[in-house]
Parts: sequence; structure tokens; C-alpha cells
Amino acid sequence: MATRTAAEPARAPASTRQQAAQRLARPARLRYATVTVALVIALVVVGCFAVTVGPAGVSLADVVSSVSHHLGVPGVASPPLLTDSIVWQLRMPRVLTAAAVGAGLAISGSVMQSITRNPLADPYLLGVSSGASLGAVAVLVLGISFALPPAAFVGAFLALIATLSIARTGGSLSTGRAVLAGLAIAQLCAAGTSFVIFWSAKGDSYRDILNWLLGSLAGSTWDTTLISVAALIIVGGLIIVLAPRLDAFAFGDTAASALGINVTATRWLFLGAVAVLTGAMVSVSGAIGFVGLILPHIVRGFSGPSHRRLLPAAALAGATFLVIADTAARTVFDPRELPVGIITAFIGVPVFIVLIKRRRIA
Amino acid sequence: MSVLIDDVSREIDGRRILDSIRAELDDGTVTGVLGPNGAGKSTLLRVIAGIDRPTSGRVLLDADDVHAMRRRDAAQRIALLEQSAELATELTVIDVVLLGRIPHRRGLLGSFDSGDDRAIALRALDSVGAAEFAARSWHSLSGGERQRVQIARALAQEPRMLLLDEPTNHLDVSAQLSLLAHVRKLGLTSVAAIHDLNLAAAYCDKLIVLSAGALVAAGTPTEVLTPELIRRVYGTESDVIRHPRHGGPLVVYAMEGAAMDGAVSVQRDRLADHAQTPQPSRA
Repeated sequence: MATRTAAEPARAPASTRQQAAQRLARPARLRYATVTVALVIALVVVGCFAVTVGPAGVSLADVVSSVSHHLGVPGVASPPLLTDSIVWQLRMPRVLTAAAVGAGLAISGSVMQSITRNPLADPYLLGVSSGASLGAVAVLVLGISFALPPAAFVGAFLALIATLSIARTGGSLSTGRAVLAGLAIAQLCAAGTSFVIFWSAKGDSYRDILNWLLGSLAGSTWDTTLISVAALIIVGGLIIVLAPRLDAFAFGDTAASALGINVTATRWLFLGAVAVLTGAMVSVSGAIGFVGLILPHIVRGFSGPSHRRLLPAAALAGATFLVIADTAARTVFDPRELPVGIITAFIGVPVFIVLIKRRRIA
Repeated sequence: MSVLIDDVSREIDGRRILDSIRAELDDGTVTGVLGPNGAGKSTLLRVIAGIDRPTSGRVLLDADDVHAMRRRDAAQRIALLEQSAELATELTVIDVVLLGRIPHRRGLLGSFDSGDDRAIALRALDSVGAAEFAARSWHSLSGGERQRVQIARALAQEPRMLLLDEPTNHLDVSAQLSLLAHVRKLGLTSVAAIHDLNLAAAYCDKLIVLSAGALVAAGTPTEVLTPELIRRVYGTESDVIRHPRHGGPLVVYAMEGAAMDGAVSVQRDRLADHAQTPQPSRA
């Protein structure tokens, strides 16, 4: 073998070289397709399993009949009332909200990392989550918890507008300034949140507030499902449709412009879309950490850098991950329920360390 | 593609970065942009590429104003090689070259790399002798290899004009020479900001010299590179002699305060002999 290799000419003819390069450079389409299909199956399986798990035992058959009954499939009898309400009123909305929030955060994180060219970027970089927290805590303290999602969303949106108006100079928008402005606004909102808690929170509102600040899906209802799924489909869909433009930012703004991208308009568009998507997710679940930070890095490993491939796969992985994490949050320490943000941090930090060690990051 | 830089000025916060630049670049020629740091070389390239807008004046590609075009149309005609291209994520070489196809993609379905795009990218890689790198990670390449891949990326863009911002920075001598020789061979209208006057003299058809944003000289290397101009623009004393191989101008700096070792060696007619301990007495 060794002699044969040595006997080969130093440079193969051009056609052979191109073939070799072609073989090497062929995209891992098959692998991507396989993993994506596997993720879809995983999400469905995990989702079904998650609905059956909990303090009250529910069988898969109960789940199927309850869901079919509510979807109006003819000839399906509803399961017993208690089982039905556990499945339909408690667990279904919670699992669906978890999936939508996980998907939204993973998309947001991927976009933020690409557009800021910072592997440590996460969906909360522009102060969105802190603004949402301030809005939510204010409402919780006032004791009008039904208004929580709208208040959180308004908080997120105001924080975003403050961040972007600080960052913009003469119509153009620098990413570096946006990140710094986001930091300032986040600090301000955090101080405001602490102030509100310190001043007027009492007894049981502390628990709600803590839940919310750490990120929790315990408050999921069909309303939160509607908000998160709608945001995911409309804003997440828009982002995925426009995703190819993000590819051009690999070498920075000048390179993107030289590749025919209108940099300022594109950046406004994506930062705005990410803020709305994140704001919607934060408004239903609080700021759940690490989903938007870690999953994009893991998914890039098999999707490659193309955002048309990265974003849908990241969404599926984020959804599956958060459904698993939330199921663990509400069952592992039964009857106590942990805020899911604690679970995602416990899983996310070691994964992050592994990624640093393997140099996927930095 | 011929280019007319028509009285272009650019101001930022009231400071003139470019001051009424006029120049004509003929089709298929290589033009070198010279000038000290901060003279406006990069800005001029960015204005020609349509990335930065001039405060006044215009840049015509053939007859079309580059700043009136859609960015994508401009990107189909002009490729820009930046001074230092830093990559934040993991990309393979072929991924980097495929970026050059972005301006040519159309519509929603055109957002994936087609087989054609791949073929074009691989041809571009092969033409710079980098086909073997295709599957390697960008981060594993040396400076010279990266510049070759960037050229391939620019070629995959199928431009009619190539703009290069200090393309020879950080390259060793042989990589500098082969890169510029390659650019010449492409036959594209090219503009390169270059620091090394002798590289510029050897590989450019025309030179333009900027100083504090203003055009101070333009013409063939022989016309432009004179001891007076070099003194005026760089404040450096020099002699300009005939290059022994190609006959063009060769700038030899006076180099006040240089080590005398060279002079001693020349006297002994043994340029390569460094065995001798340097004399302690120096000028």
C-alpha cells in the first residue's frame, strides 16, 4: 500500500482532482435529511410521552381518545372527565407551549449568533427578556395575573425599541452598538424589576415572580399555546423564508454588502423579527436560558452553515429539548415542580463546556 | 468593464475621507492604489464597490451608476476581497467559495446551492490550485491558502471587476508574487490597494496615488513612481532604478540609519556571507 501511494504522481490530473474535491465537498444532504426526519419523529414521540407522564397516570389510548374527541373526530368517546381535563386542559397546552417556545428560542438564538457574529449571542441579547420580566413582575405584584402575557410582551417590545433607538445612528444600525445598548437596557430593567419586587411583593407573589424570572411553563394554557404557536408560525416562518440572506454575513457586514445584501435593512428586519419572536416566547414562559444559546451550536454540527438547513433543524431540536426538559421539571421532583429554566441550565452548562472543549465555539 | 470614478468625495462627520477623486480604469487593466495609511484607499474601494456612498460624485460601471443599482446587481458585477476576512463560525473551504454564488441566486427555491453553483465553485477552487482544500475547515488554512480561497470565492461570483484591499498583507514573498500574478492572469478589470511600491510597479498597468483623501498622481508605474513623489507622499528618501529583469521602475529606499553590514558585504562582493561577526562601529 505504502509503495503504491508513493508511486502515485504528486498532482493528479485536473479532472481527477475535481472529482476528488467533489466527493469530499458533497454536502451531507443525506445525513441532514436523516437527522431532520429523526428529529420530527423524536418530537412527536417525546410529545406523546410527555402528555402521559405526570402524577396522574394517563395511558396513550386516553390521550388519543381525548384529543380525537376534542378535535371532533366522529365516533370517539371521551375518556373519563378527570382524565380528559388533565390531558386536554393541563398537559396538551403545556407540551405544545413548550415545543413552540423551544423552537422559537432556538431560531432566535441561531439568528442572533449569525447576525452579531458572536457564538455567545442568545435571544435575550437585546434586553428583550429583561423588559418582559419588568412588565410581568409589575403585573404579578399588582395581582392581575391574567394580564401577564400582554404585559410581558409590552415590556419586551418597549425594551427592544429603547435598545434599537440607542443603537441606531443616522439610519444605520451597528450590531456592536445594539449589543451594548441591549446590555444597558437589560441592566436598567433588571434594576426596575428588583425595585418592584423589593417594594411591593408579598408572600405568594414571590413564588410566582421567582418562577417567572427563572423561566417556567407551569402557567401554560391554551392561550399561551395560541400566542407561542402563532408567533412561531408567523415570525419564525418569516425568518426561515428569509434565512438565506443570513448566509452572506459569515465574513461580516462589508462582505455581506459585497455579496449584494442590503445590510442595514436586513439587520433591522432580523433583529426586529427575533425581538418579536423572543418577546412572544418570554411573555408566556419567562426567560428560559440556554435553549437559544446551545442548540444552534449542536445543530450546526450536522446541518452545516446554511441557514435554510440550520433554522428548521434548530427549531425541531429546540422544541424536542424543551419538551423533555419541561417534563423532567414537573415530574422528577414530584410533587415539587422546578422552574424549567433550572433544568435547562443544568443540562445546558455541561453541554456548553463540552462544546468549548471541542472548539465548536470560538 | 471600464470604470469611471467621476469627481467622488466622501465625508464622514464633516471630515473628508475622499476629496474629488477622478480616475478612469480601462477594461481588463490592473490598477494599483497607493498611499500612506489612512489616505483613503479602502474607502475608495468601498465606494467603487457601491458599499459606501459618495457624498458627491458618482462611479460609473460602463455607463451605469453603481450607487443607483440594486445591491445584488452590483454584486453580480463586482467582487471585493477584504483586507482581513475573519470568520465567526465553522465553514469548510467549499462553503466559503459558495458564498460567492449568493448574488446569483434567485427567488425562494434558489436559496439552496444548486449543482451548477457547486460546479462553478469547484472550478473556481481548481483555478487557484486549491481544489484539494475543498473539504478542509477554513480555520485550518494558512494565510496564503486563505487568500487563494478568497480569490476563488470572488471568482465564483463571476464578476467583471475585482477589488482587492491589501491582498498581499500577511503573505510570504512567494505567496505575494503568485497572488498578484494570478490576478493579472485573470484579465479582469482589477483595482488593488497595495502598500509595497515594487509589487505595485511590477503587477499593475496603472497606479493612482492618494494622500489625505486626494488624488496626487496617476499614470503608468514609470510615470508615477519618482523619488519626488515618494518623498512628497511618504516623506521617504529613495532612488528609482530600472528593474534588472522586467525593466520597470524599482524603488530603492535610502534607509537612513540602516545597519552597515550590507555595505561591508557589498564591498567584499559576497552578498550572501553572513558568517562574519558584525562590526561594532555603525553609522
